[in-house]
Amino acid sequence: MRDVAIISFAQSNIEDDIRSEVEILQPVAAEAVKQSGMARTDIGFTCSGSSDWLQGQPFAFVMALDAVGSWPPIKESHVEQDGAWALYEAWVKIQTGEVESALVYSFGKTSPGDITQVQALQTDPYCVTPLWPDLDSITGLQARACLESGVVTETQMAEVASRSMRDAMNNPHAVRKADRSPEDLLGEPYRVSPLRDHDCPANSDGATVMVIASAELAREHSRRPVWIRGFDHRIDPPALGVRDLTQLPSAATAAEKAGVAKDKIDFAEVTAPYSHQEVLLRNALGLSDDLKVNESGGSLAAHTLMSCGLNRIGDAAMRIAAGNGDRAVAHAGQGPCLQQNLVVVLEGE
Amino acid sequence: MASIESIVRDSQPLKGPHVIEYPFRRSCGPILSEFFGALREGRIVGIRSKTAGVLVPPSEYDPVTAEALDEFVDVGPGGEVVSYSWVSKPRPLQRLDHPFAFALIKLDGADASMLHMVDVGGDESAIQVGMRVAPRWSAERKGHIADIEAFVAEADAVAAPPVLSGEDKPVRAIRTPLRLEYDFTAGREQTIFLRGLAHKMILGARRPGDDLVYVPPRGADPRTAEPTSEIVEVSDKGTVVTYSIVRVPSENIDLELPYVCINVLLDGSNLPFFHVLQKCELDEVRLGMRVQAQWVPDAELSASVTSIAFFAPIDEPDVPYEDFKEYC
Amino acid sequence: MAELCAVIGVGQTNFDANRIDVSMPGLLREAALRALEDAELTWADIDAVVVGKAPDMFEGMMLPENYLADALGATGKPLLRVHTAGSVGGSTANVAMSLVSAGLHERVLTISFEKQSESNAMWALTLSPPFSVSVVAGAGGFFAPLVRTYMHRSGAPEDTGIRVALKDRLNALKNPYAHLKMPDISYEMIRDSMMLWDPIRYLESCPSSDGACAMILSNEKLAERTPRKPAWVHGSSMRSEPVQFAKRDAVNPMSGRMAAQDLYSQAGIKDPRKEIDCIECYVPFSWFEPMWMETMGFADEGEGWKLTLDGTTALDGSRPVNMSGGVLSSNAIGASGMCRYAEAANQVRGEAGEHQVAGAKKALGHAYGGGSQYFAMALFGAEKP
Repeated sequence: MRDVAIISFAQSNIEDDIRSEVEILQPVAAEAVKQSGMARTDIGFTCSGSSDWLQGQPFAFVMALDAVGSWPPIKESHVEQDGAWALYEAWVKIQTGEVESALVYSFGKTSPGDITQVQALQTDPYCVTPLWPDLDSITGLQARACLESGVVTETQMAEVASRSMRDAMNNPHAVRKADRSPEDLLGEPYRVSPLRDHDCPANSDGATVMVIASAELAREHSRRPVWIRGFDHRIDPPALGVRDLTQLPSAATAAEKAGVAKDKIDFAEVTAPYSHQEVLLRNALGLSDDLKVNESGGSLAAHTLMSCGLNRIGDAAMRIAAGNGDRAVAHAGQGPCLQQNLVVVLEGE
Repeated sequence: MASIESIVRDSQPLKGPHVIEYPFRRSCGPILSEFFGALREGRIVGIRSKTAGVLVPPSEYDPVTAEALDEFVDVGPGGEVVSYSWVSKPRPLQRLDHPFAFALIKLDGADASMLHMVDVGGDESAIQVGMRVAPRWSAERKGHIADIEAFVAEADAVAAPPVLSGEDKPVRAIRTPLRLEYDFTAGREQTIFLRGLAHKMILGARRPGDDLVYVPPRGADPRTAEPTSEIVEVSDKGTVVTYSIVRVPSENIDLELPYVCINVLLDGSNLPFFHVLQKCELDEVRLGMRVQAQWVPDAELSASVTSIAFFAPIDEPDVPYEDFKEYC
Repeated sequence: MAELCAVIGVGQTNFDANRIDVSMPGLLREAALRALEDAELTWADIDAVVVGKAPDMFEGMMLPENYLADALGATGKPLLRVHTAGSVGGSTANVAMSLVSAGLHERVLTISFEKQSESNAMWALTLSPPFSVSVVAGAGGFFAPLVRTYMHRSGAPEDTGIRVALKDRLNALKNPYAHLKMPDISYEMIRDSMMLWDPIRYLESCPSSDGACAMILSNEKLAERTPRKPAWVHGSSMRSEPVQFAKRDAVNPMSGRMAAQDLYSQAGIKDPRKEIDCIECYVPFSWFEPMWMETMGFADEGEGWKLTLDGTTALDGSRPVNMSGGVLSSNAIGASGMCRYAEAANQVRGEAGEHQVAGAKKALGHAYGGGSQYFAMALFGAEKP
């Protein structure tokens, strides 16, 4: 495998952003390109992730191309997935030897629609979507299965939410931050039992942009490149009634293939839109109970759908680049109850 | 009289409703066709798989090995709640209007559970994991997952009433209507463009220091991604750079057929855009012809593209092809 | 050094306006199983799956590949979902090829599809946000003005489009999977068919189809052991440019020209007119054949139409184009690009049936999408590169 490093990252997450997707993305892309020290036209490949259902417009990604510049014509691709999978495609492209660098971005504008309800469209279109379960209800099935089996407790869920919202106070990009104890949170009413508001994602509008490069370029352009040392993603079957919802086998496989356990981990950033999912991910990724997870506040502090996974990877990379750790795990997940999971192992020099 | 400055200053972005609605029709294939046909009769069938036992709803393939499946098994109608979420405030699209539960229900004889609803009359304390439930069948069953209105406490369930329609043809397809409502935000530059239209002004944007003007403004120069922050007014007269005559109906277009769709390059703009040409015989439309925006009456002007009713020919000489060939 | 990649299995569904006999997973499995059968493999032999399709709104599903994962045997495996507008069938295959050439996987299933009968493409493509009005009637409404510009620029005879359509519709009669088969097709029928988006006639336009296309790709080691002849990938390229910008040439787009040049350079092709035996390209409206012949360098600018008129692009011509009947005969949008690749691959494998070009050694597959702004191409060879 070729050594590939993250050399720059920028993000924007706002609860209800009045700008268009292009207007949201443009300054973030400009900042990431500037930080990379590379000229836009020198970057070898461009790959993005988004979903047309967020704004209800087909071809959202076509317009978004305006925000990153594509003239003269560029080598470019798009996944209808979280930006973390766009990063994977870009990393593969560098592995082929065809390019040496890539611009990766994703964006999501969740505020125009009822995004929780819209996500019913991710389920079985014959037997489940027609019942219109919203994502809170779908995920509540997983949460209760975990509570019933003892894999997670309500106290643990409140602890995850409390810690995430508190950590988010140090994150300028977080949209939900608060200093509240787990006991206090447990006094809140249920939104969709067994989930309370703070157990659910802090939906936001935003964009994330990253530049990656092969070893030589990375060393030339970055004082402290953040190396991608392991990278894998896997998927589980879709039917909730077929899966054991208290386990995330695809996350466990991805973690094993990415080599998470090969060395000591300093911290992790995981995509856990619902509080109990952080516990499931700790189990699946083999992270110890005392490992620092989601110092960014994670999805409970800002959750820009289609962008949040790439956001976690970027947050982890920036912390390593700043010298706050040498080896980290970053995770992206998508699909109902984290059906599909991606794991990256990042290391400093 | 509005000025560019006043329009730019007053640019609280416009918001408006955007609805996506379509009655999707889904062909079922042989396995789901059997399942929906059974529901219509008031029965539930599953299918046997090697890796996950009996699946309900039945699947055409094994969820792990993808091998084709074909051994149907009668299941239920009773079963047990495996997990549930309590919906205290049902959303508009959901099928029950009082509090209910979405639940995973393991039917008798099945190994995998199925997702459906449990109706306990709005009383959350009446549901728990392990509870025995059975279907409350719809009287008007047509071969659809909603033929089961919801599951209810087994003691309250009654046997499926006979089908009213007497229909027994295979269920080849089902309707799954979709209606999603969005609160669309126009964004900063498009808002400026739209507000200009309310004043019969056509506003474009350019990159500071560049002479290429984009109408409508796009938020960034698509070539370089630099912001197009400088707002300029362009003429409402322009040149047809290319066109087509549309004779085919389209679901979201109300125009009478045939109509002329032009790519018009406004004077002062460097980006042609699509609009409709009227007051012109079809055989007189040509490249290079001069046209002008025809505005709706002042009382109907609004911050919308609909403020331009259509374009119409004007009495000016055609522009030679050489002068606009870079734009078509 | 990148691994060599080859197509070792090809499968496609029967295309039709309405495949009411199958579910959506069933449609995909029909193509995938035929590809597996062609390669004499089973689901378990596949390491990763790459799915492509055009807008999710066509089927009213969000990220449908997640629902389709187990139908495609992807449980526990990596699954990617590509969407690059109409070029997606091509770019999906390109992404799958990169998984093999990067040495990450030995065998990859790539599949793309559209089940357009679930809704209506004209509906999905003309959805307009508030404050705007739809005047562009679907893809035809968008591309008709470009065709008019091409006619104006090139001075091509007005019946060029009719001749392309006649050729492709005759070719489709030899393709068992094609959606539109019109045994009595004639020049006059096409000429007299209704103008939909003047200057584009009904019979010069693609249909709206249900269908899927799948390919199994493998690395060199496994391709050498495959029961049927593999099609070796000699190059694959992609280019994109903005949908609109001042002074953009959308008729002969720079992105298309660059993608072709990149492809030839990867494949070591100095003169495509001499070295490429046949071409399967994305022609949703007949006039796009002469346009793409110019973009890809098979004709000088303004002269692409001559290749149609002098019979070069006919099935028995010196460099046939759209031997399968092309997009004019089957158009399940997401699948269309991959069908082009599949036909090109089958030509060099000698597996193209009645529409086989005798002795085809190098064949080009081409797809485009968006506002003629996304291009994906691949070159397949009978021999190793």
